Amino acid sequence: MEKTIVEIVDYIEPDKVYAELSHSESGGICVFVGTVREFTQGEEVVSLEFEAYENMALKEMKKIATEAKAKWKLNTVLLRHAVGAKEIQEPVVVVGASAAHRDACFKACRYLIDTLKERVPIWKKELFKNKSVWVSAHP
Amino acid sequence: MEVLLFGIAKDIVGKTVIHLDEGGEVPASVSELKEQLISSYPEFAKLSSLAIAVNSEYATDNVSLGKGDEIAIIPPVSGG
Repeated sequence: MEKTIVEIVDYIEPDKVYAELSHSESGGICVFVGTVREFTQGEEVVSLEFEAYENMALKEMKKIATEAKAKWKLNTVLLRHAVGAKEIQEPVVVVGASAAHRDACFKACRYLIDTLKERVPIWKKELFKNKSVWVSAHP
Repeated sequence: MEVLLFGIAKDIVGKTVIHLDEGGEVPASVSELKEQLISSYPEFAKLSSLAIAVNSEYATDNVSLGKGDEIAIIPPVSGG
C-alpha cells in the first residue's frame, strides 16, 4: 500500500523517518534533512524562527507529494517541516521517498525539497546578534 | 473582509490581520487588493514578490474576492 505523510510539527525527529518510509516493495529510501547553519554570507546566525500559514502549507505539501508520485513510481513519500525557534544544527525540514529502485527515490527527494522551498508558505527569519532578517524577502 | 498576514507582511503592517471593511473600500479582485496594499503600505512594493492566497490557494490577479473568502498575503516564501 502506498503511503504519504505530510506534517507541520514543533520538532523534527530524524530517527523516526526510516521506519516511516520503510516499505516491503521498496529497494531504497532517500531522505533529505535541512538543518540550521551557523553562518550566512559570513555572518553568525544566533537562531532561526519559522512561521507557517499552516492549512495552506499542508495543502501545498500534499500537492507536491501527489506530483512526485505522478512523476516517479514511489511507495512512500514524506514531507515534514518544523515551526518555531530553532538553534544551530537543529533539523528544520525532512523530506523523503522510497521506491523499488534508487533512481526514482533520489530524483523524487530532490524534487520534494526544491519544490517545497519554491512554493510552500513557510517563512524563515534569521536572528543575528544585532538584527533579524526575513530570508529572501527583498531582492 | 479579513486579510491574514505572515512573515515580513506582518512586520510591514504591524499586525497579523487587516480588516479592510473598516472605513475603506473593499477590493473586488486580487489585483485591486495588491494596489490597495501597496498604496497603504509602500514597503510591499519593495519585496521580491507579492502573492495573494484565496481560500488557501495561490490566486492570480484576475481572481475576484468575496465576503466569505479566506484571504492571505504571501510574501516571498523561505521554508526549508
